Amino acid sequence: MSVLHIVNKSPFDRNSLDSCLRLAKADSPILLIEDGIYAVQKNTAAAERMQQALSNHPVYALRSDLQARGINPDNIIDGISLVDYDGFVELTTEHDKLQSWL
Amino acid sequence: MKFGILINEGPYTHQASDSAYHFTEAALRAGHQVVRVFFYHDGVNNGTRLSVPPQDDRNISERWSALGQKYDLELILCVAAAQRRGLLDEDEAKRAGKDGSNMAPGFQISGLGQLIDAGIQADRLIVFGD
Repeated sequence: MSVLHIVNKSPFDRNSLDSCLRLAKADSPILLIEDGIYAVQKNTAAAERMQQALSNHPVYALRSDLQARGINPDNIIDGISLVDYDGFVELTTEHDKLQSWL
Repeated sequence: MKFGILINEGPYTHQASDSAYHFTEAALRAGHQVVRVFFYHDGVNNGTRLSVPPQDDRNISERWSALGQKYDLELILCVAAAQRRGLLDEDEAKRAGKDGSNMAPGFQISGLGQLIDAGIQADRLIVFGD
């Protein structure tokens, strides 16, 4: 069984990304949407955690939410994959359970 | 694949209702089935027909109604959450002795059992909220 973890909170506002990373099994994918997007940026207080997370989990970020927040694609931590809504739907079909960390 | 959608946040709050809409639309466009969209807690506010957003802004409840009509979707508001927040269809308004109803087209009021049922029927249940 595989779980897709969906995080929609900024790591600078709430601890849902930390909770997710603490409890998610190795190799289970993490999708960042809405304010969760802020975790993708280089050179922030959350960047090291994100970097570490990437060694255990595939990490995806929703492109339209990234664009809505004006984050420069050059400023994204290496290894994070961007998906659109079609890709979001596809990810949800590839994993048995969906966990939204609200 | 069959999806159930749960929305726990009101419109124009953060982004949950928008994310849920775009996800639902993308899933339907990809040929998946959406067995039910269940609006719970403040999410029931998505079902008002009295919302008048600025003309250059999206109209969230109208957008749901239109998607519901296009794909014959079940848009369900939790009855207890709806009553507390003043979301009434004609029957509920009559029963409560209120002078009007405010449900947008295509939305229906039902019970929490419909959420459980969506969880059973669907292959995936996805939650959008705050």
